[in-house]
Amino acid sequence: MAFTDLAARFPQAVFRTSYGQDVVRVERGDLVAFVSAARADGFDFFIDLCAVDYLTRRPHRFELVVNIVSTKQESRLRILTGIPGGDPVAPSLTGLYAGANFYEREAYDLFGIRFDGHPDLTRIVLPDDWQGHPLRKDAPMGSVPVQFKEADA
Amino acid sequence: MSDPPDMVTGNTEAPSGETQEAAPVGGAGEERRRRHDLWMSGTEVPPDLGRYTDEGSQEMLEHEDAGMLAEQWGTLVSDDYLEDPAASDEETQIVNMGPQHPATHGVLRLQVELEGETIRRAKPIIGYLHTGMEKTAERLSFLQGPTNVTRMDYLSPFFNELCFSLATERLLGIEIPPRARAIRVLMTEMNRVASHLVWLATQGLDIGALSMMLYGWRERELFLDFFEKVTGLRMNHNYIRPGGVAADLPDGWEEDVEAILAAMPGGLADYEGMLTENPIFIERTQGVGVITPEECLAYGVTGPVLRAAGVDWDLRKVAPYSGIDQYEFEVVTGQHGDTYDRYLVRLEEMRQSLAIVRQVAESMPAGDYRSDDRKVTPPPRARIDESMEALIHHFKIFTEGFKVPAGEVYEAVESPRGELGMYLVSDGGTKPWRLHVRGPSFANVQALPVLLTDSLIADTVATLASVDPVLGDVDR
Repeated sequence: MAFTDLAARFPQAVFRTSYGQDVVRVERGDLVAFVSAARADGFDFFIDLCAVDYLTRRPHRFELVVNIVSTKQESRLRILTGIPGGDPVAPSLTGLYAGANFYEREAYDLFGIRFDGHPDLTRIVLPDDWQGHPLRKDAPMGSVPVQFKEADA
Repeated sequence: MSDPPDMVTGNTEAPSGETQEAAPVGGAGEERRRRHDLWMSGTEVPPDLGRYTDEGSQEMLEHEDAGMLAEQWGTLVSDDYLEDPAASDEETQIVNMGPQHPATHGVLRLQVELEGETIRRAKPIIGYLHTGMEKTAERLSFLQGPTNVTRMDYLSPFFNELCFSLATERLLGIEIPPRARAIRVLMTEMNRVASHLVWLATQGLDIGALSMMLYGWRERELFLDFFEKVTGLRMNHNYIRPGGVAADLPDGWEEDVEAILAAMPGGLADYEGMLTENPIFIERTQGVGVITPEECLAYGVTGPVLRAAGVDWDLRKVAPYSGIDQYEFEVVTGQHGDTYDRYLVRLEEMRQSLAIVRQVAESMPAGDYRSDDRKVTPPPRARIDESMEALIHHFKIFTEGFKVPAGEVYEAVESPRGELGMYLVSDGGTKPWRLHVRGPSFANVQALPVLLTDSLIADTVATLASVDPVLGDVDR
């Protein structure tokens, strides 16, 4: 087991292997502390951050997925964190990895998850006056109203 | 200007009070006007040209109120430079490059704050090409998925398809026959060369080596012609699919590959002769757009940009996919992390990829080009004519699709631009519950401020071209 140090320090964190990939599930409150410890452990390479909307299929509606890599050990770790749908706030990782900036903005833009401590949490791919967060499962496709000139005449 | 001063005599003094008012206060404006007048002196001045002033560029930013700017640029744009009182200093100016700038390789908008000709701050603003592909993917079956994702990074479509297919196959737990895997490696590595050729063409174009553009595009045609012969399309092939590839290689493919392999080394040597030792090229690229290995890792920068900074990191070696580890090649690294090293790395990567292509072509296994798992592979065409069940089976696969067991995987391949990753979540149905794409260009564009800060504005296009972003991949 490659993550004995981390597992000892975070007994609540659940490590498992899924399809040959190392996955760990941590609580929202532990996320920054855990990623910080992993970074000190050699996980110096920030790869990816994204969100998934599970609606009611999981205990928490949203799930934050962080991918980090250790270039020395050549290992990869995926960190999952549940985010409740009623309170979609997550701690920002921008203090640990500068690269989290755009990814958190993307997750905010498309899922409406707010990141505490993000320096510039604005929409990134959608226009600034866009309503809603389209990658949420309750955002239907093809429902954007189209305005036609003098349509009711 | 109704009364232009006497430029023919080189008189740089502004004669009347009217032009004095129109010129901006401050040394920079004066200096520019003086140089303009000097340049004009001795030449015949068209009567309607008038006198150069800064009217229109600088004046607008200073005099227009925030409301008007918000109206022009879209509401609530996070242009924090406009709100920062320290940034509105007279000495700096904000220049928007893009989104329709010829050197931004698409619709990237770069907002740079200039002090003289030096960039003090830069901010990439993206989203102009966002088409909601991740949302679209949730409405397409796993078999239709490659059609969607192949359009993301339009210069390396095979990698997009490969990544999606690998993720789907990992969830399905199916084995891919050796020939299909070899075909995948063949096509992706040829795609890498084709993609790097576009980079070479645009890199040359952006720093004024116009002939490079013509050569790069010319050689790329060799590859696109081969792709067209194999897949039917020059781009957006939808060739690599979950379960294998769409069709076997056409008759005579060996000769085509051999012709490309024979033509390319000479071409690469030509480019090297034109650029590598070229003093103008070296001046424009060495020490320009430097990024350190630590910054690369923190920003998630991958691909040739990372390797040019000296980090020996290539997913083809670290996490081999599709059996690429059975071929011999070297990971090319640079030392300085500047534009010149990125040029050297990509040039050598093309040679390494061609070496892989040669090995694949020489050792192409015989056998099937797609999995024989009847869950994902439609029955052979001949069976459909004689069996009602086969017809129904074929129909079900292409309408409803095949079911993929519930689970989540993250699959990554080394695309020409870096780590292309896909996080695929299935709920057990025939369509992905969620597809997240980790585009390499997205992270590389994010690191542009690091590359650009404190460099000259004239180097921006050279640096940008050396990062080689594809905006379809950034915005998705």
